[in-house]
Amino acid sequence: MATKVHMEALSPTMEEGRLVKWTKHEGDAVKSGDTLAEVETDKAVMELVARADGQLLKVMVPEGTTVPVGNIVAWIGKPGEKVDGAGSQTAGTGSQESGAGAAKPAPAAAPARAPAPAPTAPTPVPVTAQADATRVKASPLARRIAKDVGVDLKLVEGSGPGGRVVKRDVEGGAAQSRVAAAPAPGSRLPTPSGVPYEDVPLTQIRKTIAKRLAASIGPIPHFFLTTEVDMERGAEAREALNKQLGEEGGKISFNDIIIKAVALALVQHRACNAWFQEDHIRYWNEVHIGMAVAIEDGLITPVIRNADMKSLREIAAESRELAGRARNRRLKPEEYTGATFSVSNLGMFDIDQFTAVINPPEAGIVAIGSIVAKPVAEGDRVVVRRRLRLTMSCDHRVIDGATGAVFLKTLKQMLENPLAMLL
Amino acid sequence: MATLTYRDALNQALREEMQRDPNVFLMGEEVGVYQGAYKVSRGLLEEFGPKRIVDTPIAELGFAGIGVGAAMGGLRPVIEFMTWNFAVLALDQIVNSVAKMLYMSGGQIPLPIVFRGPNGAALQLSSQHSQAWESWLAHIPGLKVVAPATPADAKGLLKSAIRDNNPVIVLEGEMLYNLKGDVPDGEHIVPIGRADVKRVGTDVTLVCHSKTVAVAQKAADQLAEQNVSAEVLDLRSLRPLDEAAILESVKKTNRAVVVEEGWPHAGIGAQIVDLIQRDAFDDLDAPVQRVTQADVPMPYNKLLERAAKASPEKVVAAARRVLYLE
Repeated sequence: MATKVHMEALSPTMEEGRLVKWTKHEGDAVKSGDTLAEVETDKAVMELVARADGQLLKVMVPEGTTVPVGNIVAWIGKPGEKVDGAGSQTAGTGSQESGAGAAKPAPAAAPARAPAPAPTAPTPVPVTAQADATRVKASPLARRIAKDVGVDLKLVEGSGPGGRVVKRDVEGGAAQSRVAAAPAPGSRLPTPSGVPYEDVPLTQIRKTIAKRLAASIGPIPHFFLTTEVDMERGAEAREALNKQLGEEGGKISFNDIIIKAVALALVQHRACNAWFQEDHIRYWNEVHIGMAVAIEDGLITPVIRNADMKSLREIAAESRELAGRARNRRLKPEEYTGATFSVSNLGMFDIDQFTAVINPPEAGIVAIGSIVAKPVAEGDRVVVRRRLRLTMSCDHRVIDGATGAVFLKTLKQMLENPLAMLL
Repeated sequence: MATLTYRDALNQALREEMQRDPNVFLMGEEVGVYQGAYKVSRGLLEEFGPKRIVDTPIAELGFAGIGVGAAMGGLRPVIEFMTWNFAVLALDQIVNSVAKMLYMSGGQIPLPIVFRGPNGAALQLSSQHSQAWESWLAHIPGLKVVAPATPADAKGLLKSAIRDNNPVIVLEGEMLYNLKGDVPDGEHIVPIGRADVKRVGTDVTLVCHSKTVAVAQKAADQLAEQNVSAEVLDLRSLRPLDEAAILESVKKTNRAVVVEEGWPHAGIGAQIVDLIQRDAFDDLDAPVQRVTQADVPMPYNKLLERAAKASPEKVVAAARRVLYLE
């Protein structure tokens, strides 16, 4: 008998989830524990895994659909097995929205409040990680109004005692316009508007996170995310490019490729391309990458401006030139200030991995270890691959765990498939 | 319609009810020859004679008990306490006999009895003679409690109280007896358990009763000068409570200040706040505020007494707090 796949509660507070992407498709063989789909919860994008072995017989909801917890989203069973197309949905599923035929993609619940990320986005953007880290203070009435008009209280500045959101903060158009002014952190860079950045006032939750985490470890509450990247294709691409360039142009380094990839990943994850400014967060629409350069008695971070818009060749030339002048103490102040994000590379010193310290007011820095050939499992075989370990340091006042993680995931994808940078 | 004082409105109610029903009689200290300590029973001895207007010794427990017996025997006594401060001596009759007789007789013995008299502070009568007892009395199942604030309500509620087959407590006020107002002639009944919007407003509900209605009215005037529209809701009955009226007003204004003469601890306001937080939770934009007498025995000193009482200024301040204007 076929097994139902339910929308599971993937966070303690989740009541519905948006099915972002099916990672298995009808007819695919699945094993218990396999990821079937990516689901955007109220906190982050999570994986929905199979609870049974067999074949993914039927997918009940299309991508992009918001489904109440408990509803059936798919069936797993033996190949050829018949499944109940709809019906049986409600029985024993714990579905809260009973009547509205189970199989149908919960229509009423669907319109997400925040504009859904474009379906082509390589990585779905989490709405707000750690959404419940702090309770938003709001009067019961303000809470009700916010619910009725679909305003996220976390984005509303409360004018009551202790920042309590009260009626006047949410009534009429006040809230909408205020909310509209506060783009969801993580939205893609807007189309060029001529504005280099956008200042977003700190929301209650942001303020509390800033205060609590700063109190916990130093002025900047760091946390670290490490991932290992397969650089085989990156290395091949680099070799091919350098061969193409021949002797005339300077060589493209791994560092240049990484800077370009970081810049492009930041374009997709604006939440990480930001400055913490005490009472607001400045989300940059431009990407300026600071590049840590060791000099005789310290280090300095010259800036590759608009790195996302420059070719690898331009980045290579510029970084070489800037690094050279940095070592000779010939940098002008405007050449080492204004970065929106930084990269620090100790690969040349045979450092496998390390954690870099954030250069304020930036909110993140990626530390690059050396590229090491090492045995890795590839299916059932052990093969030798060139691998690179990246560690991202995040300012928790700006970047939450999931926010940093999805950025890093995009960065990893770009480095593992350099062609993606051409997209 | 005539303009009467609160005292004459009560007198009219007594007179009309005694004319209407020969079983109604008035008993208490100085109600006959002296015509009432506050002249509420003026002319009644002359009209109805000493069998129906009965002067008693200074013995509250005793004449309250006689009233209970008379009610059990089928009469409809109205017992006047010179003030509710003295009624404390009669509480055993009120709490243990009056409030429980119908229940403990299995519904066989109704007690159509009225206890009435001035409640709360007047001016400089000091701690023992300045007390507001409504939260004590409204606490007791088996009693109805009313507290009229205007001459019209005084007449209408006293008539309802006398006609009710259950014991009813009528809380008057020394400072109210001279208050003048329009009073409908003849049959004017105010049902027990019905609150009254004394002033319509949209921004905050001032819940009040008895003497604090005037306090709330003055506060509403001051708030109006600050562009705040306050609704003055006179409870009139404290038990049964007109919950629907309270909730309706709060759902409109989203904010409430409860004003009362009594002390804060376990006061009438606490009961109102309980109702509002439970049944109007999603309509509240601010925690409900209370204005009460200071939590002390009433001082004799004039300035201290004034400072201890609920005042329009305190109500305005509380209203500004629930409006987040402070």
